[in-house]
Amino acid sequence: MSLIWLFAILLALAVAGYWMTRRRAMTSAGGDVRKLHSLPNYYGMNAAMLSLAPALIVLFVWLLAQPLLVDATVTRMIPDEAIPDASNRGLVMSDVRRVSNGLDALVDAGRMSAQEARDLSTDSDDIRASMAEVGVALGSDVRPEVLRAAQRYRLLTGRGDLARNVIVVLIALAGAGLAYRRTTHEFRARNAVERGMSLLLLGAASIAILTTIGIVLSMLTETGRFFSQYPWTEFFFSTNWQPRFGGGSDLGFLPLLWGTLYISIIALIVAVPVGLFSAIYLSEYATGRIRAVAKPMIEILAGIPTIVYGLFALITVGPLLRDWFAQPLGLGNSGSSVMTAGLVMGIMLIPFVSSLSDDIINAVPQSLRDGSFGLGATKSETIRQVILPAALPGIVGAVLLAASRAIGETMIVVLGAGASARMDLNPFEAMTTITVKIVSQLTGDTDFNSPETLVAFALGLTLFVLTLGLNVFALYIVRRYREQYE
Amino acid sequence: MTDITPDHEGPGARQGGSIMRQTARTRKRNAAERRFEMYGMAAIAFGVFALIWLLTTILSNGLSSFSQTYITIPVAFAEETLDPEGNRNRAEMQKVTTFSYKPLIGEALIEAVDAGNMRPEGMPDAEIAAMVSNDAAAQLRDRVLADPKMIGTEETVEILAGGRIDGYLKGRVTMASAELDRNVTPDQLRLAGVMEGNGLLEKRLNWRFLTAPDASENRPEVAGLGVAILGSAYMMLIVLVLALPIGVAASIYLEEFAPTNRLTDIIEVNISNLAAVPSIVFGILGLAIFINFLGLPQSAPIVGGLVLTLMTLPTIIISTRASLKSVPPSIRDAALGVGASKMQAVFHHVLPLAMPGILTGTIIGLAQALGETAPLLLIGMVAFVREFPDAPPEGFFDPASALPVQIYNWTQRADPAFVERASGAIIVLLGFLLVMNIIAIVLRRRFERRW
Repeated sequence: MSLIWLFAILLALAVAGYWMTRRRAMTSAGGDVRKLHSLPNYYGMNAAMLSLAPALIVLFVWLLAQPLLVDATVTRMIPDEAIPDASNRGLVMSDVRRVSNGLDALVDAGRMSAQEARDLSTDSDDIRASMAEVGVALGSDVRPEVLRAAQRYRLLTGRGDLARNVIVVLIALAGAGLAYRRTTHEFRARNAVERGMSLLLLGAASIAILTTIGIVLSMLTETGRFFSQYPWTEFFFSTNWQPRFGGGSDLGFLPLLWGTLYISIIALIVAVPVGLFSAIYLSEYATGRIRAVAKPMIEILAGIPTIVYGLFALITVGPLLRDWFAQPLGLGNSGSSVMTAGLVMGIMLIPFVSSLSDDIINAVPQSLRDGSFGLGATKSETIRQVILPAALPGIVGAVLLAASRAIGETMIVVLGAGASARMDLNPFEAMTTITVKIVSQLTGDTDFNSPETLVAFALGLTLFVLTLGLNVFALYIVRRYREQYE
Repeated sequence: MTDITPDHEGPGARQGGSIMRQTARTRKRNAAERRFEMYGMAAIAFGVFALIWLLTTILSNGLSSFSQTYITIPVAFAEETLDPEGNRNRAEMQKVTTFSYKPLIGEALIEAVDAGNMRPEGMPDAEIAAMVSNDAAAQLRDRVLADPKMIGTEETVEILAGGRIDGYLKGRVTMASAELDRNVTPDQLRLAGVMEGNGLLEKRLNWRFLTAPDASENRPEVAGLGVAILGSAYMMLIVLVLALPIGVAASIYLEEFAPTNRLTDIIEVNISNLAAVPSIVFGILGLAIFINFLGLPQSAPIVGGLVLTLMTLPTIIISTRASLKSVPPSIRDAALGVGASKMQAVFHHVLPLAMPGILTGTIIGLAQALGETAPLLLIGMVAFVREFPDAPPEGFFDPASALPVQIYNWTQRADPAFVERASGAIIVLLGFLLVMNIIAIVLRRRFERRW
C-alpha cells in the first residue's frame, strides 16, 4: 500500500469523523442549533482534527525514523571485508538499496513472485540483467552478501511499512472515536478547535527556527568532521588553496576571503555613490514625471535574477574590460576578473542601496529641510549638511546590508570572477571567492568523507557567520544611532 | 516688512553691488548646486543605462534562438534500408538505427543540390551531407516510426540544419571564422547562401526551443528548454503549496496571537535574519538535510522545491505581516463585538481583507524563487537530464532541470551557439518573471483597499 493510499484513507476517516460527529452533536441538541455550545461545524472539525493531526505527526516521524533504523540493522550484515577497497560502507549500502528497489520493481512487474524474490540467490540467476529489463541499472554484478542484505532490507522495510500503515490508521480511528464520544451539546467544541489551530499556527511560525537550527547543525557537524581531518590553523591562516582529489590538498581560506572582499569592495564603490545619488535625486530633485519613469526602471534591476547578471558579465562586460582596459594597459588578458565581477555586482546592488536610502531620506522630517531653506541654504547644502547627517546611521546600515549581499552573491562571481585562488592587487586578474569554491567543491561527484568536499561546509559556515555578523551589526548601528523625531 | 529692492543697501549687505548681480560666492554656491544635481542625474542615467545595456545584450544575443534553420528537400524513404522485411512491423523497424537514416538524408541533399546546380566547385559529397544536424537522422526515424506509410514513397520533409549553418544565417558564423573551424568549411557556408537564395534553406520559428529537452555538447541546434520549464513549474507548484499556507499561518500567529515573550522575540529575529542569509547557504542545508540525511533523490524537483520554500518563507512572512497590519483594528473590534472569537475575527474578516496583499507578496516571492540558481546547483540540478519527469506526484522525485540552472549549464559549454541558447533561455525566464510581476501589480491595483 503506497503512501498516497494511506493519505487517502486518513482523509476519508477525517471526513467520515466530521460528518458523524456533527450529526451526533445535532442529535444531542435535539436538532436545535441554539442549544449547542458551538456551531455544528466546530464539532465536526474537532473530530477531523483529532483524527488527522496525531496520525500525521506519527506518520511523519515514522517516515524519518524507519530508514535510519533499517539501515542501522542491515549495515551490520555486511562484514568489513566484504567492502571493496575502492569503495566504502555508504556506497555498498546504496547498492543494497538499489538492489532492494530492483527486487520491488521485479515483483511489481510480475516477473517474480514475492516468495521468489525472497529466495533468490546469486548463483542461479543473472540478477543484473533481469533488473536492467525493469529499468534498474546496476553498476556491476550483484555480490551474494549485497543480495542477502538487500533481501533483508526489503523484508524489514516491508514489515515496517505494514506496521506503520496499521498504527497510523488505528491512531486516526482512535482520535475520531474520542472526539465522537466527547460530543454532547454542552461540549465546547469551538474552544477545542481554536486551541488546536493556535498550536498549528505556532508550529508554522517555528519553522523559521527549525530552518536556522537545520542550517547551523548541518554545517557545524560537517565542519567538525572537516576539522578532524584537516587542521583548523591551516584552514584559517594558510595563503594557499590547492585542492587535489586524492589527498594532500592545501585548503587555505585566505585567498578566497581576499577575492571575496576585493570584489565586494569594488561592487560597493560602484553601488554606493550611484545608489545614494539616485536616491537623493529621486527624492529631492526629480519632478513627478521623471520619478514615475526612473524609479521603476532602477527597481527592475533588483528583480533581474543573478544568473542574468552572471551571463552579462561573462559575455559582455568581461570581454569589454579585457579588450579595452586590461590588454592595452598590459594588466592581463583574462575575461573573468575581479573588475568584471565587481562592476556587474555593483550594478546589481544599485537598486538595493537606492531603495533603502530612499526610505531613510524620506524619513527625515520636512521641518528640518524647511528650517535649512529658511536660513538661506541651497538645496544641495541642505542635503549635504542637514539631511545626510540626519540619515547617516540608516545609510551606513544600508551599506552594510549591501556588503552582506555582495559577500554572499554566487552566480555573478561563478560566471564573472574566475576560479583561480590567488592574492593579488591587480583588479584585472581572475580571482575566486568563498561562494565560487562552495559551488565547485560540492557539484559533480563528491565523496562526503574527504576534506576536499567537507571544506565546502566550513566555507559555508564562515560565509553564514560573516553575513549574519554584518546584518546584526547593521541593525545595531541603525538602532543605536537613529535620530528620534517627534 | 521691507521689500528688498535692488538698490537697497543695508548694513552688512553686499559691498557695492546689486542683489540682481551675483557675487562670486553666490556663483560658487549656485555652481555647486547645479553640480550636485548633475551628480544625481548622472547616477540615474548610469542605472538606466546599465539596465538598457543589459537588456539589449540579452535580447540581441538571444532573440535568434527562437528561430532555427531548416532545409526543405524531397527524401526518398527506401524500403530496403528502412524496413528490410517489408511487413511494416514496428518492432522490426525499431531495430533500424539512425545510422541507416543518415545516408538517406545525405543522398537526398546531394541530389537536391546537384539538381539545382548549386554545388560550389570542388566541394566533396561528404561536406554537403555534413550540413545537416547530427540529430536530423533521429528526428526522421521518429517520424517514420510514427507513420510507417511513408516508407517506399518520396516526401518533401524539413530537415534541421547543423548548428554552424544556422549560425551563418544568424550572422554568428562568418567565412573568416569558418576557415579556422574544424566543424564547418567556407564551401558549406557558400552553398548555404545559395540554397537560401533558392528557397531550399530557411529560418523559421522554433517552437522546439520551448518544448524539446536539452541536447548534448555537439548538437546545440536541438537543445531546448522543455525539461527545464517543466522542472521549474514543478518546483513553483511545491513552493506555492508549502510556502503560502505555512507563511500565512506563521504571519497570523506573529501578527495576531503571539504573546510578547522570549519565544516570539526569537522567532522574529530569526525570520529577519533568514531573509538575509545568502541563498547558497540554503543549498548547503538542502544537500546536508534533504539529500544526505533524509535520502531524497538528487536533482529532484521535490528537493529544489523544499529548499526554495525555506528560502521564500521569510519574504512571504514579511509581506503578509505588512498586509495584515494594514487591516484597521476597527474590523477586528467589530467582529469581536458581535460575539466572534479571536480566531473567527481573523479568519473570517481580517484574512480575506488582507488577501490581495498576501497574494501579491507570494507572487513576488515565487518570482524570486524562480530565478534562484545557486542553491539548485548544490542539490545536483546541474545534471544533464534528457528525460521528461513523470506527472506529479511521482514526477516530483524524478530528475529534472530548472530554467536558471539550464542557463548556467549552457554557459559552461564550449560551442558559442550555446551562448545564443542561454540568452534565449534568459528571455524566456524574464518573460515569466514579467508576467508574474504584472499579475502582482494588477492584483494590487485592483483589489488592495486603503483605509
